[in-house]
Amino acid sequence: MIAGAVATQGLIFSPILLAENIDIELTNLTQGLYFTPLLFSVHDESTHLYQLGQPASAELQAMAEGGDISGLQGLIDAAGGVNVEDSEPEVLAPASSTQILDLEVDSASFLSITGMILPTNDGFVALNGWKIPSEAGTYTIYLNAYDAGTEANDEIVNGGGASGTPGIPANPGANGGVDATGVTFDEANTMIHVHRGNVGDTDLAGGSSDLDSRIHRWLNPVAKVTVTVN
Amino acid sequence: MRYCMGILKGSCAVFAAAFLITGCHHDTRNYEVEVVNLTQNQPFSPLAVVLHDSGYAPWTIGSTASQGLELLSESGDNSQFLDEAAENLSREALINAHGRMSRVSGEGLILPGESEAVQTSVGGYEILLSLATMLVNTNDGYAGVEAFDISDLEVGEEMTRFLTMYDAGTEGNSELASSIPGPAAGGEGFNVARDDVNYVAHHPGVVSSVDGYTDSALDQSHRFDNPAALLVVRRIE
Repeated sequence: MIAGAVATQGLIFSPILLAENIDIELTNLTQGLYFTPLLFSVHDESTHLYQLGQPASAELQAMAEGGDISGLQGLIDAAGGVNVEDSEPEVLAPASSTQILDLEVDSASFLSITGMILPTNDGFVALNGWKIPSEAGTYTIYLNAYDAGTEANDEIVNGGGASGTPGIPANPGANGGVDATGVTFDEANTMIHVHRGNVGDTDLAGGSSDLDSRIHRWLNPVAKVTVTVN
Repeated sequence: MRYCMGILKGSCAVFAAAFLITGCHHDTRNYEVEVVNLTQNQPFSPLAVVLHDSGYAPWTIGSTASQGLELLSESGDNSQFLDEAAENLSREALINAHGRMSRVSGEGLILPGESEAVQTSVGGYEILLSLATMLVNTNDGYAGVEAFDISDLEVGEEMTRFLTMYDAGTEGNSELASSIPGPAAGGEGFNVARDDVNYVAHHPGVVSSVDGYTDSALDQSHRFDNPAALLVVRRIE
């Protein structure tokens, strides 16, 4: 009984009461698209990865054009947030899932997730500052595909992943074409916006796009996130 | 039970009856399940509606489609899909000694802009609704919902949900006339071959002939977006 009383007291005065324990699962819902290694971050209310209708930061651009999340992780660190290690550090294949289990977060924290969508020029999947509920339960969030507005969607797979370099860095499914002439060389909306989708074509030896219109298109939502507050 | 003998026999019978009532809390619940076709030109195949508990999953993102789901999504024939649900019912019934699942088919095609309501009933506390219907002018596309929790629905209440488009992953989305069974083409429905990714995922949409795919049997009217349908579930007396 004495031990129990002490333990209870410890709990009452411990800052652990201000924390909560959550599990996160993200599922790539698409049939033919890949996500580059995902950023999972927990941070305060004032931190955002981006704002819709605003220009992308250089860090977001590096993620959306080349899958490099190190810049965004640095921004989260600098803002006092926490970057969480993804259990699936590889590219997330179509219809696959990744989980983060038993994560301790401060109450009133916000969750952000993002990664580049392949094969696209500067398309990304994102959850941008979602308030983690304090009430225990299972919460489901569906994520859309966005366009960073930093690169023309030429749909040419040429290895170009560095910021400002045209082209798509890779098609992990190796199920597209070659020698495309390019769908467009303009980016009409240079702000972050909802991605209009890949166009593609059915000419694997040329045409305007290196993507296959029967395989590389999508309809939103492209991902499902399940957060369980334990 | 030995204590039931003799003078305690009467009270034990009362106790046993009380136990039976609590152990058996499975009053039948009746539902009306309505689906509205929200597409431009994609008739829906007859609905497959299953009420079940968490012991059954009609499909899972990333997993191979069952043969029944393949048949439904390629040809619109829901019989094997519903049989698979019933096989699950038999197993559940053996374990629990009471039905916790029901399955029902719609009457026929649901044309664009039209709707159909089917009635079904089930016992149990945990009641999940799964539903699938093929968009007949696709290779293997279906609108559906998996394990929609309607347990808390009270008599007279209703819940609504938009239905997402799935792709069974069992037939490549060729859009060729020979492979589209609906009125757009009149081609083949079910084919036992699995010439696609062989996992269930969200549908990428159709390309159609107006969008550069000249071999496609589909035209602009067959394109769709999410959601493809509206689901309304009402608990009725």
